Amino acid sequence: MTGGHPLLEVSDLRAGYGPLRVLHGVDLAVHAGEAVVLVGANGAGKTTVLRAISGMIPSAGEIVLDGQPIRGLRPEMLVRRGLAHVPQGRGTLAGLTVEDNLRAGAITRRDREVAADIERTYEHFPQLAKVRRQPAGQLSGGEQQMLALGRAMLSRPRVLLLDEPSLGLGPLVVREVMSRLAKLVAETGTAILLVEQNAALALELSSRAYVLETGRVALSGPAAELRGDEALRRAYLGY
Amino acid sequence: MTLFAQHVLDGLQSGCIYASLALAIVLVFRGTGTLNFAQGEMAMVSTYLTWTLLDAGLPLVVALGSSIAISFVGGALIERMIMRPIAAKSANHLPVVVASIGLLLALNSFAQWVYGPDGRVLPSLFGDGTIRAGSLSFTSATVGALGVLVVVAAALRLLLNRTKVGLAMRAVAASQQSSRLVGIRVGRVLMAGWGLAAALGALAGALVAPTVTAFDSSLMQSVLVLAFAAATFGGFDSLPGAVIGGLVVGVLESLAAGYLTTDLKLPVAFVVILGFLLIRPTGLFGTPQVQRV
Repeated sequence: MTGGHPLLEVSDLRAGYGPLRVLHGVDLAVHAGEAVVLVGANGAGKTTVLRAISGMIPSAGEIVLDGQPIRGLRPEMLVRRGLAHVPQGRGTLAGLTVEDNLRAGAITRRDREVAADIERTYEHFPQLAKVRRQPAGQLSGGEQQMLALGRAMLSRPRVLLLDEPSLGLGPLVVREVMSRLAKLVAETGTAILLVEQNAALALELSSRAYVLETGRVALSGPAAELRGDEALRRAYLGY
Repeated sequence: MTLFAQHVLDGLQSGCIYASLALAIVLVFRGTGTLNFAQGEMAMVSTYLTWTLLDAGLPLVVALGSSIAISFVGGALIERMIMRPIAAKSANHLPVVVASIGLLLALNSFAQWVYGPDGRVLPSLFGDGTIRAGSLSFTSATVGALGVLVVVAAALRLLLNRTKVGLAMRAVAASQQSSRLVGIRVGRVLMAGWGLAAALGALAGALVAPTVTAFDSSLMQSVLVLAFAAATFGGFDSLPGAVIGGLVVGVLESLAAGYLTTDLKLPVAFVVILGFLLIRPTGLFGTPQVQRV
């Protein structure tokens, strides 16, 4: 594993919805520049982990970003601290054009490189350039996912939380979206915490993995190891 | 033909007033998804404020300018102190709508308590001259109101489409949750929207008050209803729709008063708008809620 203190560290994270407890003490860490995946069955609490980290739902335990405790901060403040969250369903602003969505992604920035970064986003996702004046609600699923990723990256995050980017997309589209994202992320050195139902794909994209089972981390390790261990794959990942 | 044109011209002045208040209603609706029934009474209180400042010796333009600024702050505070806490505790918009109706009554009683039953006189910003063009004549107030509306509409358009604040307002109108995830401080944006709406109301009040010999706390009541009609006609979430809707309502009202009888001007305007909505339920420019997923 990577040395030094982690960029994002979650300890004993507990969260849920009203009376329903979903997470019963989750521990995980993401180091600078690495891609970590959270896999597990439906209902294991993967999405809840991301929501708790980004402040969309209240939680207990400890969440530390770059040495600073961030638990309890609202999502709009966490963006300013370098945390971006692409939620399930992508969260694009349907009535706004693609271009305005991208500008909204950079709305917390005060530097003068926003326009240049938006052009760079179009270079990474050329399909978006073709539809830049169209309302986001009219895009195809793949285009919307690219828009959501490009928009999240425009806030210049240090950690990107990514919830089920493959949801509702065909396998070819998923590959394209993810390989384009990989390039963009490599360029910026952003760390990723990915939640993914498609475990085979997820393990391929990540360096380390956590397997979540009913609100707890059942095991963790290098992605390659998990991929190679057939018994383990059968038991936890169902493929 | 000349008579028809004259009626249209006459309707434009009140149309500008309905358009201004409709813009305020639409601004709040786009941001929060709720109808602010107190928008008219907020404008009425702003108008009393303008009158008070004028009465204290300030020039009319300064009094109105100050009143607009104070109204902005007041509108923002109403969002922060009253509407947001109520919205935070409820799953749907109904409690907020009811609160705005409560605010309507409270502001009305407040104005009656402070100012009593006597009417107050607010002079027109644009004098009371008449301009003749061929066989048509229009008042300087009509020209002034149209000028104000054009400037306001252009300024709003610039604000929404060319500034970061405007982008944030449009983002919040699209989705509060998604706006938070890109770092928009939704609360501040809502306060700005309510403030802007209240400021527009102060302006609308200064356009309405001079059209009556003396105004009292009932000043904005029928205006509010017609502004709602205008906003509905325009599609409710569209600012250009609110402007056109306001003008259409004003002109319809004037035509009904001119060709039928003054008593029927309100119902006729409403019947025409209802008829239009039966054919086109989303209004003139309303966004039908269609989305690919």
